[in-house]
Amino acid sequence: MADRLSVFKTYKLYVGGKFPRSESGRVYEVTDSEGNWLAHAPLASRKDARDAVVAARKAFGGWSGATAYNRGQILYRVAEMLQGRRAQFTAEVAAAEGLPEAEAAAQVDAAVDRWVWYAGWSDKVAQIAGSANPVAGPYFNLSSPEPTGVVAVLAPQESSLLGLVSVIAPAIVTGNTVVAVASERAPLPALSLAEALATSDLPDGVVNLLSGRTAELGAPLAAHQDVNALDLAGADAESAAELEAAAADNLKRVRRPAPVDWSADPGTGRLLSFLETKTVWHPMGV
Amino acid sequence: MRYGIGRADRRGRADGARARGPYARGARHAPTRPTFPRGMTGCYARRYAPLVTMPTTVPAYGKEAAGRLASMADVTADDGALRRFLHGLPGVDKVGLEARAAALGTRSVKTTAKAYAIDLAVSMIDLTTLEGADTPGKVRALCAKGINPDPTDRTVPKVAAICVYPDMVATAKEALAGSGIHVASVATAFPAGRAALPVKLADVRDAVAAGADEIDMVIDRGAFLAGRYRSVFEEIKAVKEACARPAGGAAHLKVIFETGELQTYDNVRRVSWLAMLAGADFIKTSTGKVSVNATPPVTLLMLEAVRDFHEATGVQVGVKPAGGIRTTKDAMKYLVMVNETLGGRWLTPDWFRFGASSLLNDLLMQRQKLSTGRYSGPDYVTVD
Repeated sequence: MADRLSVFKTYKLYVGGKFPRSESGRVYEVTDSEGNWLAHAPLASRKDARDAVVAARKAFGGWSGATAYNRGQILYRVAEMLQGRRAQFTAEVAAAEGLPEAEAAAQVDAAVDRWVWYAGWSDKVAQIAGSANPVAGPYFNLSSPEPTGVVAVLAPQESSLLGLVSVIAPAIVTGNTVVAVASERAPLPALSLAEALATSDLPDGVVNLLSGRTAELGAPLAAHQDVNALDLAGADAESAAELEAAAADNLKRVRRPAPVDWSADPGTGRLLSFLETKTVWHPMGV
Repeated sequence: MRYGIGRADRRGRADGARARGPYARGARHAPTRPTFPRGMTGCYARRYAPLVTMPTTVPAYGKEAAGRLASMADVTADDGALRRFLHGLPGVDKVGLEARAAALGTRSVKTTAKAYAIDLAVSMIDLTTLEGADTPGKVRALCAKGINPDPTDRTVPKVAAICVYPDMVATAKEALAGSGIHVASVATAFPAGRAALPVKLADVRDAVAAGADEIDMVIDRGAFLAGRYRSVFEEIKAVKEACARPAGGAAHLKVIFETGELQTYDNVRRVSWLAMLAGADFIKTSTGKVSVNATPPVTLLMLEAVRDFHEATGVQVGVKPAGGIRTTKDAMKYLVMVNETLGGRWLTPDWFRFGASSLLNDLLMQRQKLSTGRYSGPDYVTVD
């Protein structure tokens, strides 16, 4: 058999269910942990961020209105898609993070499990975040959790796949839509994750993935008036303070960066960060 | 480089509109042409005399326009002459037209130019609500928005007009009193135009009596496509007469072609000339009620027709693309086309309008971005 030329993959953004290049036409070089070239990733601009927010806002009505059962099914399907491409993700994570293959495979398995874990929360979060409040009268008074809206996420820098999944899944399972900025140094697993998301019945625009300079994309997202919450998992300490100040303008919910062991049990902290509480009085016996 | 009407086109038109243009050797200009002394000055003066005596531009709604149109009376005298004239117009170069429209859509308009263009576009909007579900309350709310598009920023200009159905004209007129914003009313059995002429004219008179400043009529597409040009022509003339107010003056007439139903670019060029010859003050692409609305190539073609008509008669006619223009970026493309085709004289609300409802919100969001540096969202503009 004759030698054939290998086909290089063009990594692209994931915005509104499509895979566009950056509107700026820019790319940047992505290397493995030893500095060897892996691929060129799109270097997204603030206009890509703007387009992603528009796509996320457009998707919000349908996604937040979907039944919890339906959202859980779709998240579970993401896990299935990821499982089916385990070998590819293992190789990408190993290259991106400089891990031995066994450890990279463990990361991918943990990411699959994380999708399954959060998928299960879809119809249970109301039980722990909502309540039937006792009132002094013949009424019901019910508090129920509602999604906050469009959540801008700066994904963790060090954990390219597991870290990303651990910040996206808790936001979307409750009905939020997400604009995520992938790890700046290791964006390739994130951009490949978009392919799994696109084939999981996840409605277009629920998750939008950008690659590029976290500092360049963080600022317009933090200041954007149509973003409702900000997860600063991947921001460094000094820029986090600035972004938090910019986010205060329209009272975004902000989750500050903190050291996290992504392979540990995630708990419900992140899940409950991007919820609003709606309380209704319900007259009884009318 | 101008597409659409190229050199070949001009040759083909030699016996048509061109010959009756301002440069025609008609008796019209001869008596007024001044005489010049001999010598160099005289030589130049003679050379430029036609330019000096060239008819000045008159607005389509003015008194002089009728006289200019009368000079074209021979082509509209009967059905045969009108057909010969319209079919004698040069064919449209489809590829060239679409390439030209696409090329004009690639201009980058930034910073101060963008701020100027956004305000210009806002001031050119015919803010429209044409729903069966329109209530007086909704029309009043729309009028309030037209007067003050962004309640948080009083520097935003007001829109050009509010466009409603005839029965809502009185409500809109009252809500807009003293604001300087016009009330435009669709009429003539909008949007299909399928009614008898007396019904259409009654529709128009009602709207004018209720105080409409502008009438948006639809042409009879069935008659046009069947080739009964003369009947379309007569109908537009009749509607124009019905636009006159008893107290003097008249409502301005916009003629809607519904270009999405006209099948070919040639038809769009023909109907543009037909309407302008019949006395349209504005020509408008669409009703917004069919699947294909204003597109850049169709609008460019109509702009070129307006340019050529102005060249031939000196009558200035306005253009209004309507339907499907939703974003600031789209609006900018149209403004670029107007400037490149007709020049700055048309870049005012008097001669160019956008028929739109959701465009205004996008313009306001872009305006907020320019003034604050932060991207805005739909939460910061009104819903309707």
